This record gives sequence, structure tokens and C-alpha cells, in this order.
Amino acid sequence: MSFLELTNVEKSFGSNQVVHDFNMSIEKGEFVSFLGPSGCGKTTVLRMIAGFESISGGKISIAGADQNNLKPNQRNIGMVFQAYALFPNMNVSDNVAFGLKVAGKPKPEIEARVKEMLGLIHLGHLADRFPYQLSGGQQQRVALARALAPKPRVLLLDEPLSALDAKIRVSLREEIRMIQQRLGITTVFVTHDQEEALSISDRIVVMNAGRADQIGAPSEIYNRPATRFVASFVGTLNIIEAKVIDPAANRISIGDHGVTLKEPLGAVKAGDTVSLALRPEAGSIAEGAKGDTALTGEVIASNFLGSVIRTRMKVADSVISFDMFNSPGLVLPAVGETVTLRFTASDLLVIRE
Amino acid sequence: MKAQRLGAWIAIAIGAVYFVVPLLGTFEFSLRMRRGEYSFDAYQSVFSDLQFRETFGYSMLMAALTIVFGMLLVVPTAYWVRLRLPQMRPVVEFITLLPLVIPAIVIVFGYLRLYNSSSWLPLTNSTNGTNLLLMLSYMTLSLPYMYRAVDTAMRAIDVRTLTEAAESLGAKWPTIMFRCIFPNVMSGVLSGAFITFAIVMGEFTMAALLNRPAFGPYLQLVGANKAYEPSALAVIAFAMTWLSMGLIQLVSRFNRAVPAKV
Repeated sequence: MSFLELTNVEKSFGSNQVVHDFNMSIEKGEFVSFLGPSGCGKTTVLRMIAGFESISGGKISIAGADQNNLKPNQRNIGMVFQAYALFPNMNVSDNVAFGLKVAGKPKPEIEARVKEMLGLIHLGHLADRFPYQLSGGQQQRVALARALAPKPRVLLLDEPLSALDAKIRVSLREEIRMIQQRLGITTVFVTHDQEEALSISDRIVVMNAGRADQIGAPSEIYNRPATRFVASFVGTLNIIEAKVIDPAANRISIGDHGVTLKEPLGAVKAGDTVSLALRPEAGSIAEGAKGDTALTGEVIASNFLGSVIRTRMKVADSVISFDMFNSPGLVLPAVGETVTLRFTASDLLVIRE
Repeated sequence: MKAQRLGAWIAIAIGAVYFVVPLLGTFEFSLRMRRGEYSFDAYQSVFSDLQFRETFGYSMLMAALTIVFGMLLVVPTAYWVRLRLPQMRPVVEFITLLPLVIPAIVIVFGYLRLYNSSSWLPLTNSTNGTNLLLMLSYMTLSLPYMYRAVDTAMRAIDVRTLTEAAESLGAKWPTIMFRCIFPNVMSGVLSGAFITFAIVMGEFTMAALLNRPAFGPYLQLVGANKAYEPSALAVIAFAMTWLSMGLIQLVSRFNRAVPAKV
């Protein structure tokens, strides 16, 4: 049995069901991210684990113990909020010590633990500061230390980086992951930022309209999206409409180009239209580029994105983007130029709805 | 533009004269007790009056009790409305505004009818019972100010998230209320407390009709029977009110210096 189990969890607000039959098993020490757009139900699931929302159906258990009827203060779950939620009347040290004081720990133990936690987040020198005297990043690190101080069984992070600027966000997410690995604490992280989820998670749950569309390792989610939603939400993806020529041979056509897919087409018949996904980084127009599949089309735009240049080309009715690494000698294809994009057929994924 | 500014200054001057001249007149009159020279004899007379000290002390005690029990009623109510019953907000706002709409004399007659010696809860049967009734009356009178001051302070902090953060750290309701919420709405509580203090110290109707030895009826009694002392008492009452207002300003300023928003 897994450490944190969510079995057939459902949540309704009146007649509006926001979480549908959610199932998830999280191992001890695992870092799992709930990824999805606003309103997809990811925070609701997190709040049900924390006990802030009652569950309408199903079961949540930690280490085999049913949590459904436990109050939030009985669950021993640490939580970090998007808005930091530090107590404004307490300094950093008192904020971190709060959970320990509530638990009635002896003073020497509290002092030692607070020192340890502040050392962990490298803010020992700010122990006497009040929240309003700290930057957003510092406040969030204190919130993390406060949540970890009572040694919770599970750590929940509700979009903890959303209110921070881009640079702090990147450094703090790495710090969170480092601390999580060092402590080996089971962690659930909610975010709408795919880069965040991909970079620090052991597994990602991509949520859509209250359901888990796909659960998998970051590479799996990115490279083999299970649904059209996952494909479009995680990373940039070309969705190409293709016509089935021979279902048995996995043969399809994109405009005038015939392609034999590596994965089975499934229950379709000749003449049906299927959606295929292709990552922009999967193909190349360079001379000598490798690949068993080629699509020829006309360049309609090139966008400089810093480390890469993203070019869009039109092939039949589809617009396909592809990336080239930026280098000083790179010659960009001109708009209107005809180019040939090469890639391997295995990079083309059949998208299920 | 200049004419507009001049007009504004004239308006301010008229307003100031309207408020300040009577006050200066009262103050000047209070100093005239000794024939032919200014003195603080009226103030001396007031401060040496045993009844002044008794009524002042009584009203101070009532004000303190009203503030404490008012806070215990209003802070959890405002907290609960904000956290769990936001749909009840208009109802609570309406109820807290009623004391401004219903005259004090109507309220106190209602109380006398409900809690007289032949009622189901005869509070007026004993001195302590009547004191309790008077304190509850003061709580009712101060409700519009107290509730708004506390509610405004709560608006400045994220009550829900702070509560959830405390809960996730194992805190129970009393700990959340007294260690996480109360200290962060203290500026609002204090503002409400000072207004309550000012109201209680000058209140006449409730105390007179419940026949309690409060400062308000004493003011009236002195005003009806003496010449210079009422002016001295009026100046003292003004000073107390201004002190309360000054303390509100001070607390508000302190609150601005320590942003409570998380």
C-alpha cells in the first residue's frame, strides 16, 4: 500500500462537481505535482488532503489510516500557501516555532528545531525580523520552514511560487526540491506552471476539468501525452490533422505526404481524420538532418526566443512549428521559403481525445 | 483657482470658529469662579467632589467591562462572518447598525420591560443585575462602532489563510483566535475600544433610567444645580474624548507602520 492514497475522491459544491473520481497513490518520499489550468480542481484536491475541504465521496488515507473524518489540525500535514500566510504579529523565529509550541514541545527542543529549520533555509540571521521586513522569497522560505518544523508526514505546497518574480521562482523551486530530497518528505505540489512541474517532480498529475488526465514521470508526460489536453497544456506542441489511408499498416497522409506511424492507430477506418502531435524540437530543417519522415512546406514566420528560434511552416492545412538552437552563424529561413522538415516517425504521436 | 482656495479657507475658518468659539467660551467661563480673576477653582471643586470621583470611577469600570465583553462578542462574530458565514454579512451589518437607528430611550424601555422584577429574567431586582444590564446596554450602543472597527482591521489581513495555516500547524480554535487573529486586529479592537470609552463616559439615558451612579447623570445633575462646575466638567469631558480620538490616531498610525497584510 502506498503512503498517501486517494481513492475515488470526489468533490461537489452544491450541484457543481469539481473533482471526479480522482485516484492517486503516492509513495513515501515522493514529490508529486498537480498540474493544470485554473479551475481544474488541483487546489481542491490538495485542500481535501489537508482537510480544509470535506470530501463528497471516496477516501483519503495516509500510511493506511483513514483521514476523511480528521480535522486539519489532527492530520499532521504541513502546508505552504501562495500568500505565504506568515503570522504578521510574530517574528521569523516565532513563526517557525508556532507548530512546535502548539504541540507542547519543550523549550530547548523548540529552540534547537527552529535553529535547524532556519539553517535549512539559510535565514538564521533574520530570526528576529517580522514578515513585513522580508522579501517575498524570504517569506516563502520562512513559510516552508514553519511547515516543516513540526515534522509533518506530508508537505503540501499550494502554488508557493506564483507570487514571486521569475528569478526567485527558479532558485526557490530548486531549493524546495533540495530540501524535500534531503528530508525525504512526501510532497504534493500544486502549480499551473508546466516548467515548474517538469523540473522538480518525481511524477506529475495533469488535471483537466476535475479529472486526472494523465499521471506519469515528467519525461513521460512531456514525450508521450495521453490526451489532446495534456499534449496542448504541457510544452508547446504541434497538433497536425492527418487522414487515415490504411489503418492496418498505420499509414496516414498529411497533405500530400504519406507517413507510416510507429504506434497503432487504433479503431479507425480509412478516410477518418486523426490528430497527431509533434514537438517543435523533434524535427530539423538542417541539411543532413536525420529522420525517416519528411514534410515540405512554406515558412510563414520565425520568432527569436533567445536560446532557440521557433519557425512556423505551413504543410497542407496544418501549421507546424519547429525549433532551431540559436548560434551566431545560423541563417534563418526567409518567410515564403520552401523548407523540408525531417524527423523520425516515432516522434509523431496519435492524440486521443 | 485662487478664489476657490480662498473660499475653501473661509469655509474652514467659519467651521473652526463655529466649533472653537463655544469651547473657548466654555473654558473661559469655567475659569471665572473667583470674582475678578481667572482661576481653576471650578476644576478644583469638581475634582474634590466625592460624587465626581465615584461616578467617574463607576463609568470607567463600566467602560472597561463594556470594552472587554464587547471585544469577546464582536471579534469572534466578525471572524466567523468573514470565515464561515459571508452570506450572513448583510444581516449582521444591519443588526449592528440598529442602535444608531433606534433611540437609546426606546432600547432602555425595551430592556426594562424585558428584564424588570416581574419578568422571566429579573435583572433589575439586584444592583449587580442592573449593572450587568447597563453594561449590556453600553455594548449595544457601541456595537456599530466596535463591529466596523474590528471588521475593517480583519479586512486588512487574510483571515482565512492565516486560520488555515494555524490549523495545519495543529492549532485549535482558541489558539487561532487569541494568538493569530486577535493580535493582528488589535488596532481595530483598540479603535473600537476608545470610541466605546467615549460613548460610555458621556452616556446619560441608559444610566439615568436604570438609576445607576454613572458619570452622565452626574454631569446633568451638576449642570442643573451649579454655575461654573458644569463648564469645567464639559471641558474635562471634551478632553477625555479628544484623548480617545488622539489614541485612535496613534494606534492607526502604528498600524500603518506595520502592514498586517500577508
